[in-house]
Amino acid sequence: MNSLSTYLIISALLFSLGLLGILQRRNLIGMLIAVELLLNSANLNFMAFNRFLTPDPVVGQIIALFVMGLAAAEAAIGLSIILALYRKMHSINIERAQRLKG
Amino acid sequence: METSGLNIIMQAAFWGTTAVTIAGASIAVFPRNILYNVLGLALALTGIAGFYLFLGSFFIALMQLLIYVGAICIAIVFAIMLSRPLHLETPPRATPKVAMGLAASAIFFVAAVSVALKTDWRPSSARVADGSLWSVENIGHALLTRYELVFEVISLVLLVAIIGAVITAGFSRRLSS
Repeated sequence: MNSLSTYLIISALLFSLGLLGILQRRNLIGMLIAVELLLNSANLNFMAFNRFLTPDPVVGQIIALFVMGLAAAEAAIGLSIILALYRKMHSINIERAQRLKG
Repeated sequence: METSGLNIIMQAAFWGTTAVTIAGASIAVFPRNILYNVLGLALALTGIAGFYLFLGSFFIALMQLLIYVGAICIAIVFAIMLSRPLHLETPPRATPKVAMGLAASAIFFVAAVSVALKTDWRPSSARVADGSLWSVENIGHALLTRYELVFEVISLVLLVAIIGAVITAGFSRRLSS
């Protein structure tokens, strides 16, 4: 369909948007959303390389499936940690969670 | 004539998908209301599923819709509903920090795009350009033969993650009450 560089540029744009979200948000759920964007841009890269370059046309799709499974596990753990932190701190702002700083 | 018309329609659909994805990602990052962020994330993930369709993999597109849009976005919405005052405004972030974040992501974007454009991407010589290799049968076959160990380990990781999530959320309730 389109060329490989189109997909690479789109996924670089998604990745830098996610990076910006991680760097400038202070809401923990907002940071988790940004992490999901990062994982998806990496997945898009895997699928594009798989479509255009690799000798074995299955391996990229399998990597994408594994990344999706790991992202589901990461979201479950992250959300439960956020809930526990909210019960302790009564806030979800990351700059309030400084107890380990000493 | 017929094929060129179809081609134009496909190109328009591709750029429409691109616009939807980029708009969804912007909504997921920029607004301060967290519910808008989740809805933007769902939009961006749907657009990426559209990209997977353009790349020729129907199965992965369906999995993307099922796992990301159907499961992860709903889980995030549940977490927002359980921690109530999330919609309150937080004080705006200091300008130098925002500027530094913008500069870091802009530097990354320029570097990644220049790498993508300058590299001479060449398909592997052992590549077989056969569309039938993209079928679900092949994915299932590879999952149960060559990548079986990884498949089982992923299942174990998911089990541990579910148990860990239950314990983390449950223990903190017992401690705080």
